[in-house]
Amino acid sequence: MDFSLTEEQEMLRDSIARFIDTDYNFETRQEIAAKKSGFSSEMWQMFAELGWTAVLFSEEDGGFDGGPIELMLMMEQFGRGLVVEPFLANIVLAGGVLRRSANPIQKSAWLKPLIEGNLHAALAFAEPQSRYDIHNVSTTAKSKGSDFVINGRKTMVLNGGVADILIIPARTSGKNVDEKGISLFAVPADANGVKISSYPTIDALQAAEIELIDVTISSDSVLGLPDLGFSVLSEVIDEATLAISAEAVGIMQTMHDKTVEYSKNRSQFGVPIGTFQALQHRMVDTMTDCEQTRSLMYWCVMRNAAKSPNARQTINALKYQVGTAGILVAREAVQLHGGMGVTWELDIAHYFKRITAIDLTFGNADYHLDKFIDPQ
Amino acid sequence: MHIDLTKNEIEFQAEVRQFFAKNYPEDIRRKQNEGIPLSRADFIRWQKILNAQGWFAVNWPREYGGTGWTPVQKYLFAQEMAAIDAPRVVAFGVNMVGPIIYTYGTDEQKQKFLPDILSSAVWWCQGYSEPGSGSDLASLKTKADRDGDVYIVNGTKTWTTLGQHADWIFCLVRTSSDVARRQEGISFLLIDMESPGVTVRPIITIEGGHEVNEIHFQNVRVPVKNLVGEEGKGWTYGKVLLQHERTNIAGVAISQYRINRLKEKASESVHGGRPLIDDRNFARKVAQTEIELKALEYTELRTLASVAVGNAPGPESSLLKIRGTEIQQALDALMMEAAGYYALPYIPAQYDLDFPIEDRIGHGKETNTSLQYFNNRKASIYGGSNEIQKNIIAKHVLGL
Repeated sequence: MDFSLTEEQEMLRDSIARFIDTDYNFETRQEIAAKKSGFSSEMWQMFAELGWTAVLFSEEDGGFDGGPIELMLMMEQFGRGLVVEPFLANIVLAGGVLRRSANPIQKSAWLKPLIEGNLHAALAFAEPQSRYDIHNVSTTAKSKGSDFVINGRKTMVLNGGVADILIIPARTSGKNVDEKGISLFAVPADANGVKISSYPTIDALQAAEIELIDVTISSDSVLGLPDLGFSVLSEVIDEATLAISAEAVGIMQTMHDKTVEYSKNRSQFGVPIGTFQALQHRMVDTMTDCEQTRSLMYWCVMRNAAKSPNARQTINALKYQVGTAGILVAREAVQLHGGMGVTWELDIAHYFKRITAIDLTFGNADYHLDKFIDPQ
Repeated sequence: MHIDLTKNEIEFQAEVRQFFAKNYPEDIRRKQNEGIPLSRADFIRWQKILNAQGWFAVNWPREYGGTGWTPVQKYLFAQEMAAIDAPRVVAFGVNMVGPIIYTYGTDEQKQKFLPDILSSAVWWCQGYSEPGSGSDLASLKTKADRDGDVYIVNGTKTWTTLGQHADWIFCLVRTSSDVARRQEGISFLLIDMESPGVTVRPIITIEGGHEVNEIHFQNVRVPVKNLVGEEGKGWTYGKVLLQHERTNIAGVAISQYRINRLKEKASESVHGGRPLIDDRNFARKVAQTEIELKALEYTELRTLASVAVGNAPGPESSLLKIRGTEIQQALDALMMEAAGYYALPYIPAQYDLDFPIEDRIGHGKETNTSLQYFNNRKASIYGGSNEIQKNIIAKHVLGL
C-alpha cells in the first residue's frame, strides 16, 4: 500500500497546476465562460499540444496509458481552476466510448482527431425520462437494409452544440429499461434529421437537447457490438463519475482554503471573523470533510486502478460523499463569505454552482447511496 | 499509488491470524462476544500472551522491546485484533506513559519501569483531569512542593480510568505557580499508588459500571527521582502523549468489526420477524456510517504514511479522534435500534459468564447493547472533548 505518486504523475499534476495558476485565473475563466462558444478553442488546442488530451488513451491509440490515478490528478486541478474546456465531454465520455469500442477505421476517423484537438464529440447519455438510469433508453434504431434509422430524443448532451460527432445510445432490441438491446451509434452532427438546441448550464458549461427524426446512417457507424453497448456505456459513466468526483474534491479544497483565508482578513466588531469560535468549528468541520472525501477518493482510484471486484461500489461511495460532504463544504463557504458569497463577482459563487451541478450529474447522493447498498 | 500488500505483508498478516486463532483464550472471547466486562486478571493474561510473542508494545522502537513495525504492519495487526474481537490492551502503561519514559526519562527510570510495563507486572493509570480542570487542563491545582529529595503532593485527580486496578499513576502536577504562563509550572510525576496518603474512590457511570475513579493525594511523599524530564516541562510531554492517545482512540478497526456485526444482526429474522436491514431507512444509515468509516480508515492510513516518512503525529490526529468517536457513537445508536425492545432490560446479574445462557432475557446478547451505548457517550468527551479538538485544529492547523 502506497500513497505516493510516480515522477510522471507528479509532473502531470504540477504542469496542470502551474497552468491554472499562471494562465487560467478566475478573470480569464470568466471571460472564456462568457463567450458564445462557452470555452476557448485556443486553450483546448493548447491542452492537446501539452498532451493532456492524450493521457488516458493507450500508446497504440497515440496516448500515454493513463488510468484512474492520472484522471484523478487532472480532474482535481481542473476543479481547482473551474476549467470550462470540454475535457469531460470530449475525452472522458466520447473518448471513453471510442477507445473501448471503436474499430481501427473508426478510431482513425474520430479518435485520432479528437486527441489532437481537431474534432469535438459528445456522448448522449441521458433522455428526458431516464433520470440517472443509463439503461433507460427509448431512442430506437431500426435496421433498414444495411442502414439504421434512428428516432428519439436526448437531453443534457454535454458539448452537444459544437460536437462534430454524436455518440447516440439507441435501442436495437428489448424493452426500454433492458440493459441488453442498446447499441452505440456514431452520428455526424450534420446528418439529416438531427436537430440540436444548445444552451448554457448553471455552471457555465454547454449542453444540448437533441432530437433525432428518421436519421439514417450506415451500419459502419455502430461502435462495438450491436445490442451489447450497455456494458461500455456503464463503464464510461462510472469513469466519468469518478472524474467529476475528483473535480469536486478540487472544488471543495479550494472553497475551504479560500474561506479560511477570507476569515483571517475580514474584520467585524474590530477583529477578524476567524477568531469567532462559532465559525472556527465550522471551518474545522469543512476541513475534516475535505480530508475525508480525499481519503475516499484515494481508496476509490486505488481500487479502480487495481480493478478490484468492488471497484464500482467505491465510485458509488465517493459520489455519495461528494453529494453530501461536498455540498456541505460549498454551502458553508458561501455562508462564511457573507453577502459577498452570493455575488456573481466572487469566484466562490461559481465554485458553488459547479459542485451543485456535479451532484446532479450521473446520479446524486441518494442515487449512489442506494447503489452502494445494493451493488450490481 | 496502489493498494496491494507486499509479499512480506501478506505473510505477516497470515502469521498474525494464525497466532490469534491458536492463542486467543476462549473465555475472554466469550466475554467479549457477550459484552461482559473483563477483569483485571483477564486484561493482564491477554497482554502477557501478546508480550510473549513480542507483539505487545506495538508502537515502541525495537531497542526498548517494541515491534519496530511499519505503519502498514501496525494497521494489519489492529485489523486482525479487531477481526477476532480481542480486547484492546490497557493503553495507560504501554501506549501512554511508556513512550514518555523512553523519550524523556532517565536511564534509571527506563530500567525500573519499562520492563514491568512490557510484562504487565505493573498496571498504570493516568492522573490528568481534576474536578475543577476538565477542558481547561492547564488550570490544574494538584500541588507538588519540593522538600529535599521528595515532592509533597496534595490534590485530587478524577475520571481515572481503571484506577482501582492500578499500581502506579502518572500525573501532571503543579511544581511552581511563579511562572509567566501557567503551563510552565506543570511537571510530569510518577507516583506509587501504595504511597501513604493516596485514596481511591469509585465513580459509578451512567450504565451502572465502575470504570472511573477519583483519586485523592494527601501529603503524599514522592521521591524527586520519579520526576520525568525537566521540572516545569510536564505540559509539553503531556501534549505529545495526548497526540498518541488521540490517534489510538479513533478505533477504526474495531468500528469495522462492529459494523459487520451490526449488519449480521440486522439481517437475522427474530422469531420469524422481518429483518431490520430490509428497512431502507435503517440500511441507509448503516451505509452512511460505513462510507464515513471507510474514509476514516484511509485518513488514518494517510496519517500513518506521513508518520512513516518522519513526521510526528501532529494536530491532525485530532481529526481522527473527532470522526472516530462520532462513528463509534453512531454505531452504538444503530446497535440499540437493531436490538429494539431487547435493548431495554437492565439485569446486571446477566453480565457474568457464569449466568446460565438459557436463563438470560433477550435474544442473543442484546441486553448488553445499552451498556455500550450509555458508557460510550464518554468517547466524545474524554481525551480532550471533541470541541477542544476543534479548537486545537482551528489554532494549529488552520492558523485561526
